[in-house]
Amino acid sequence: MYALIALGYTMVYGIVRLINFAHGDVFMVGAFLAFYAVEKFHLPLPAVFALAAGGAAFLAVVIDQVAYRPLRNAPKIAALITAIGVSLFLEYFTALHQVFGPNYYAFPRPFRVVSLEIGGITFTNIQGIILLATLVSLGALQYVVFRTKVGRGMRAVSHDYVTAGLMGVNANAVISFTFALGAALAGVGGVLYGIAYPQINTFMGVMPGLKAFTAAVLGGIGNIPGAVLGALIMGQSETMTTAYLSSTYRDGIAFVLLIAVLLWKPAGILGKSRTEKV
Amino acid sequence: MLLTIHELSVYYGAVQALRDVSFTVSEGEIVSLIGANGAGKSTTLRAISGVVRPSAGSIVHDGKPISGLPSHRIARLGIAHVPEGRGVFANMSVRENLEMGAYTRSSRKEVAESFERVFDLFPRLAERAGQLAGTLSGGEQQMLAIGRGLVQRPDLLLLDEPSMGLSPLLVSEIFRMIVEINRAGTTILLVEQNASMALSVADRAYVLETGEIALEGKASELREDPKVRAAYLGDLAE
Repeated sequence: MYALIALGYTMVYGIVRLINFAHGDVFMVGAFLAFYAVEKFHLPLPAVFALAAGGAAFLAVVIDQVAYRPLRNAPKIAALITAIGVSLFLEYFTALHQVFGPNYYAFPRPFRVVSLEIGGITFTNIQGIILLATLVSLGALQYVVFRTKVGRGMRAVSHDYVTAGLMGVNANAVISFTFALGAALAGVGGVLYGIAYPQINTFMGVMPGLKAFTAAVLGGIGNIPGAVLGALIMGQSETMTTAYLSSTYRDGIAFVLLIAVLLWKPAGILGKSRTEKV
Repeated sequence: MLLTIHELSVYYGAVQALRDVSFTVSEGEIVSLIGANGAGKSTTLRAISGVVRPSAGSIVHDGKPISGLPSHRIARLGIAHVPEGRGVFANMSVRENLEMGAYTRSSRKEVAESFERVFDLFPRLAERAGQLAGTLSGGEQQMLAIGRGLVQRPDLLLLDEPSMGLSPLLVSEIFRMIVEINRAGTTILLVEQNASMALSVADRAYVLETGEIALEGKASELREDPKVRAAYLGDLAE
């Protein structure tokens, strides 16, 4: 679950060196779009996913154009503060009665959640779907980034966007594409979250957003497989903590993990330490 | 005229980097801009390729005004800019770097031809096609940067300090390639601090001093000019 959100953090960071704090809220909007699609319009499941992914992608592109693009050449801290601002705006604006509203809403389950057992491991079908979606997204992203022309453009912009421009790469278009791709995954994550934990509200993106960000840092931010690995470690440590200690410690342990990694291996597990370009 | 620059001015914040610079490049020429560090040579190239926005003046390429266009549009018009410091993508392979040069090209056949041509010119790039560009030597990176520019199939190639940081032997090799590329039909605008090399290959040259054109003429004449000899060719007899 965290992996799908972490991928968006890491992709956007990889290309514009920005921690997009609004990413968790894009995830929330994806969940709400799915909620309306199921509850009000009774759309079939594939259409629900498409709507959530597309809506989240559209929202992220708009956020980038309106909030981040004017600050592309500004100091990093300005963009970071803006990201926090966008995040708070999305949380409180959507909590207005005219928008999504401030309450908890029960997310309708489009199918029954059942437990399966394969080889002694018990898991629910929704967990299986989440794992599958994560692995498929990981594979697809690796393919896009390393095997396609737009992926080459992304890596070029990430390395040196001025020179990329000299090659005819439209850096802004590539950045928009990255935001859209990351947000689409978050949108899908939002739907899966709604199905797995069938209760949504406009602040539901905060914790998963922070955890996913932690997971991305854990794996090495900017590194796509690292985000998935970090998310798996996060998820495991949370489950273990809940099982052997108490769920009260769950969030604390997760962030202790972050601090530990930052102390011992600041670039993350799969990250390469990069010297800042002069 | 392939390129006409008229009264071009560029500011970096409050600092004026170029003041009313005018010059021309005709088809088939090698034109060189020489001058000291900070004279505005690189800024001129950056203005042509759209990396910096000029505050005044015009840049006309092939009859069309291009000043103010973003760099990715200008790159599609047949102007390739090989930037100072080479700007190779260090974490991509040599082949992927060349493919970046082909980013705007749609004809696979043309791209394949360009690759062949680059590998002909620089056999060392062919040997190292799979290697990461960041692991190449300075000379090889320069060859790669120029090769990548050629894959763009430009009618005008802008070269910024191709001799920078290279041994004299490599410098003459690179300059031999520049002449060869020009003979094959590509017009070249060359920025160099190494004035003697630049004047030895150029048809015409302009001397930039603190953002303005101080002197211009045929390269062969500038080479004999006492002021140029004293200031840029290290002639101590003056």
